[in-house]
Amino acid sequence: MSALLEASGLALRFGAVPALDGVALEIFPGEVVAIVGESGSGKTTLLRVLSGMMRPEAGEVRYRDPEGGLHVVHEMGEAELRRLHRTDWGFVHQNPRDGLRMRVSAGGNIGERLMAVGARHYGNIRAEAAEWLRRVEIDPARIDDMPALFSGGMQQRLQIARTLVTRPRLVFMDEPTGGLDVSVQAKLLDMIRALVADLGLAVVIVTHDIAAARLLAHRLLVMRRGQVVEQGLTDRVLDDPQHEYTQLLVASVLAA
Amino acid sequence: MSWAIRTEGLGKSFTLHLQGGVRIPVLEGVDLSVAAGECVALAGPSGAGKSTLMRLLYGNYGAAAGRILIRHHGAEVDLAAADARLVREVRRETLGYVSQFLRVIPRVPTLDIVAEPLMARGVAREAARPRAAELLAQLNLPARLHGLPPATFSGGEQQRVNLARGFAPGYPVLLLDEPTASLDAGNRAVVVGLIRAAKAAGSAIIGIFHDTEVRDQVADRLFEVLPMPVAA
Repeated sequence: MSALLEASGLALRFGAVPALDGVALEIFPGEVVAIVGESGSGKTTLLRVLSGMMRPEAGEVRYRDPEGGLHVVHEMGEAELRRLHRTDWGFVHQNPRDGLRMRVSAGGNIGERLMAVGARHYGNIRAEAAEWLRRVEIDPARIDDMPALFSGGMQQRLQIARTLVTRPRLVFMDEPTGGLDVSVQAKLLDMIRALVADLGLAVVIVTHDIAAARLLAHRLLVMRRGQVVEQGLTDRVLDDPQHEYTQLLVASVLAA
Repeated sequence: MSWAIRTEGLGKSFTLHLQGGVRIPVLEGVDLSVAAGECVALAGPSGAGKSTLMRLLYGNYGAAAGRILIRHHGAEVDLAAADARLVREVRRETLGYVSQFLRVIPRVPTLDIVAEPLMARGVAREAARPRAAELLAQLNLPARLHGLPPATFSGGEQQRVNLARGFAPGYPVLLLDEPTASLDAGNRAVVVGLIRAAKAAGSAIIGIFHDTEVRDQVADRLFEVLPMPVAA
């Protein structure tokens, strides 16, 4: 099996601060990879570079399309990249307002992604939108409500429905449970876990929540000061951490 | 008989960077070989490293030295050197582990927790769920509990969910860490029956059994794990 996404030698500095310093990684189909580390470690920057939203100073990100063709992400034209983000890829933002269209109804938010990949039959689009609302545990009766009327947790679930409705092969998630209450986080994490397994998605998720990473990820990358200091099987990195920083990170988590 | 899992010179130490880099050696030069259909019980005093050895065999801990060879789809795989994706594949197809405690996933019903490893191996949901229900019933977990997440179950009930999950797929190699610790006599007998059936089906089993009565009923031999000499 070939990697879906591969990156090598990624480097990027913000002034004197290295945000990425020689980062390389591979993401395989169906694999959930979590990037953990403290604020400022470079994990969100890495996600933005991998997804083509930000350009590295050095290094390359390559994406393999379903036909096996390899594309250098930062050499793609803007239109080509936008098409990729609408079809094969998905991006779940920490703040649902960055991923939703707030002036479009819940059903419209989901339907819009479907129309972008060619769906035209209004009845089918509406039915599929209702089905996805149900899957993310939003009452389908609220299909015509504006997202602004939803709670933060519901907005985040709507963003996930909007992202997954087109069955992307690779989804980037930036702290998807970040701004939510703890009780809402658990529900959302479990929902993400089930959907990702059902659909067989590859996911790159950035989180500072070690428990969330353990629950969701097959593989873990630990970042510090722009470098990947440790990576491997999630349970091994967390139960037998080798690097000093990973040991500190794991030791700092309160056991629940 | 040929081995199903085997270690060569397996060693493990922990370096605690937060405690000034102190290095704690736990295992050294472990040579263990277990054949298909054989059950080996790890013996040795508390703290000798029996659980550490189990975690090394499962890949939950990384080996510091030596090799862990396992027969996976007819080929030899060195788990000590395998990358994360290969370890995952071996765990899905070949190597099962019943830990002492169930790691509960919020909101997932018991039946799905047990059926999940079967479905991961490609068994259809319609076949996996009845198989899971059958094992749970065999372990005396009443059907009314199958639809509930096990978070609120008693320790013994959770252990039985864990056992059903571990025995459901029929792994060629199965690791059991204190499988009867929280069980009553009736359920201990069920577990003895499950282990015997797994052996008869050709599974290689490595276990830690503090219950010597259970151990003597299932183990073909003991493997002594020796404590490391304390550094002067």
